Amino acid sequence: MDTLNLLFDGLGAAFTPENLMYAAIGVLIGTFVGVLPGIGPAMALALLLPITYGLEVTQSLIMFAGIYYGGMYGGSTTSILLNTPGESASVMTAIEGNKMAKKGRAAQALATAAIGSFVAGTIGTLLVAFFAPTIAEQAVKIGAPSFFAIMLLSLVLVSAVLGASRLRGFIGLFIGLTIGLVGLDLSTGQARLTGGITQLVDGVDIVVVAVGLFAIGESLWIAAHLRRNPVEVVPVGRPFMGREDWARSWKPWLRGTAIGFPFGALPAGGAETPTFLSYITEKKLAKNGDEFGHGAIEGVAGPEAANNASAAGMFVPLLALGIPVTATASILLAAMTTYGIVPGPTLMTDQPDLIWTLLASLLIGNALLLVINLPLAPLWAKLLQIPRPQLYAGILFFASLGAYAVDQNPFDIALLLVFGAVGFAVRRFGIPILPLILGVIIGPLMEVKMREALDISNGKISGLFNEGLAIGIYVIIVLAIVVPIVIDRVRGDRPLVADAQDGTNEKEEVSR
Amino acid sequence: MTRGDDSRDILMIIPNAAGGGYDQTGREAVKIMKDGDVTGGDFTVDNIEGAGGTNAFTEMLGDAGDEHTMITVGLGVVGSLYSFGNEGRLTDATPLAQLISEPEGVIVPGDSPYQTIDDFVEAWAADPGELAVGGGSSPGGPDHLFPMQLADTVGIDPNDVNYVSYDGGGPLTSALLGSKIAAGFSGLAEFEKQIEKGELRVLAVSGEERQPQPALTDVPTLTESDIDLVFLNWRGVLAPPDIGDERREELIGYLEEMHDSEEWAAALAQYGWTDDFKTGDDFVTFLEEQDARVSGTLEDLGLL
Repeated sequence: MDTLNLLFDGLGAAFTPENLMYAAIGVLIGTFVGVLPGIGPAMALALLLPITYGLEVTQSLIMFAGIYYGGMYGGSTTSILLNTPGESASVMTAIEGNKMAKKGRAAQALATAAIGSFVAGTIGTLLVAFFAPTIAEQAVKIGAPSFFAIMLLSLVLVSAVLGASRLRGFIGLFIGLTIGLVGLDLSTGQARLTGGITQLVDGVDIVVVAVGLFAIGESLWIAAHLRRNPVEVVPVGRPFMGREDWARSWKPWLRGTAIGFPFGALPAGGAETPTFLSYITEKKLAKNGDEFGHGAIEGVAGPEAANNASAAGMFVPLLALGIPVTATASILLAAMTTYGIVPGPTLMTDQPDLIWTLLASLLIGNALLLVINLPLAPLWAKLLQIPRPQLYAGILFFASLGAYAVDQNPFDIALLLVFGAVGFAVRRFGIPILPLILGVIIGPLMEVKMREALDISNGKISGLFNEGLAIGIYVIIVLAIVVPIVIDRVRGDRPLVADAQDGTNEKEEVSR
Repeated sequence: MTRGDDSRDILMIIPNAAGGGYDQTGREAVKIMKDGDVTGGDFTVDNIEGAGGTNAFTEMLGDAGDEHTMITVGLGVVGSLYSFGNEGRLTDATPLAQLISEPEGVIVPGDSPYQTIDDFVEAWAADPGELAVGGGSSPGGPDHLFPMQLADTVGIDPNDVNYVSYDGGGPLTSALLGSKIAAGFSGLAEFEKQIEKGELRVLAVSGEERQPQPALTDVPTLTESDIDLVFLNWRGVLAPPDIGDERREELIGYLEEMHDSEEWAAALAQYGWTDDFKTGDDFVTFLEEQDARVSGTLEDLGLL
């Protein structure tokens, strides 16, 4: 009950008209900056942090929380409308969200993203408020072997739900894993697959790959078919979520939160793996799984909630251990230090006023984001009414700008075009993009964890199996592979039917 | 945003991400020079990330003759130039001044069986391969060079050391708190809270003298424990090549004025940095020594 009182005190301190104004300004600026592709929440915060200086602590924390959530939401907006994810955690949002937008359901996609973010962010922040020290204590015990197992699980699950064609799915996955190998070997410093190009030594930036595959690849594809296919006008659609949208969204929001939060709370958990896991879960659980890949609202609601819950969970190691686990967290840490908040094990007891104000500010920023952005969703959605040549010219411009913005390196533009060509090729040959982008993102993370586990055990393979959690996950992986095979055997002729259906889907995919 | 004369503006390049060690040192120096209006112009700070500082350094070398650019560098950049196969050396630029040095520490989990550095070294020497140690930098970086040089000093073949590289202080802290590795080698600023609380312990510091921070005054130096090694990470400032002696002296003058300020003294105390200010030829000699030492260690390890 003490905790609850402290939180109410924090809310009381934060809840004045003047403070709400700062929160509103923060949310608006954060959203507008976050909308620029290539500028994710981390960069939005870094760019906008200086404007919070000079305010008193409570006000600057509130504005800061607004910028943070605004920047996160701005990233989803570009993913949905323009198919240009600004950071790796919004990649999954682009996959279903952009398909929804093309069917005239952009407003619903934006709304489910906004409300899902709100639900996940609020639950996540409350969990941080009540359990941060306890969770942090347990979280550090989870080590590299378990992370490796979890990532392997997400690869296996994606392969298991690859859909149309297993072979094409695996081709996509391995192309992705190969792209992820580019760069310097972690422990020997050898350059891998760089072809002698020094700019590739640091590996390929995920934003460049994702924007190239999604936005550029799609623009090329559309351009190649512009004359052959009749112009598809994006239908106007309803402005807000209907009853069915709500019915289909609320469970994914909660499941996404449940998947995202623990990952954020684990040091080195990150936001990418949970968005993938949430997507896979929703696809598995959906009654009409076929809609996935063609704009299923669950595929936006779940990953967006997972992304935001993980962003809230990130405060657990940050506040309780003083460990920043993501780029965004490092900037938050730097900012908090300027406000006199010194994160660490004793933070909650040493500086309760500031911490509760911060947590209350996060709740307020989150709520205000919803209030401001929900009415704007139909307006944003109108953007897609722009005629296709102009729209895709605009997308190409923003995509290039975004790729350049990451490192201000002209080489990235060239790389963007290369991945645009790859994006075109995979569309031409019907190779699914999901396993491809999963390989690019998860591959390098898996490698780091595998190396760490094997380094610690001095190369002994047993180093991958020395944590209970890891073994448990391997059991799940084996079950995930074996059980469907057994069921197929028992049911006899079922697989043939499924295969035939898959075959037709595949053709549709290719001809599209 | 400019105040005063445009021709007095200076760009400070930081060779890694915002929030890192170079960033803290470089930005602190810039802030003091800006607030004190030392140069009469404005400052811009630009973080150029990548390849352990090699990208930023190469870019700066390309700006030969540019009298309005400086770069913050340090021991990590020396190692990166080698491990990334770059031909450039810090002395190819115009060395201005070393600003600080920072000892590292040998950190163990609070419940570690090792109470002293001797306990740890004994166990380490018995089976270096089984005892995983870690640091927050990749091979060639300070946290990698320190355990290698320590191993060499106590008679362990550095090639047998099982070094696990973590992506900075955060992941290293989690690994130590979770007892995933036996010991960590790192600068101590990021670990102070955990050390105060007893969740982590420091067995030894690598400076010539003990550290002044309250939580660290009881920690012996390596030399006190009869291990003949002083290991200092350091950071300093360079300018592009060919800027002319006059401008070089002028820039050194700015840094000297900055160094003599009360604000700098406060920054040193806040970050636990050791005041280790060298300019001009002293700094050049120091850079040459560092270069030889780093390349020697990496060569012994077969990493060159």
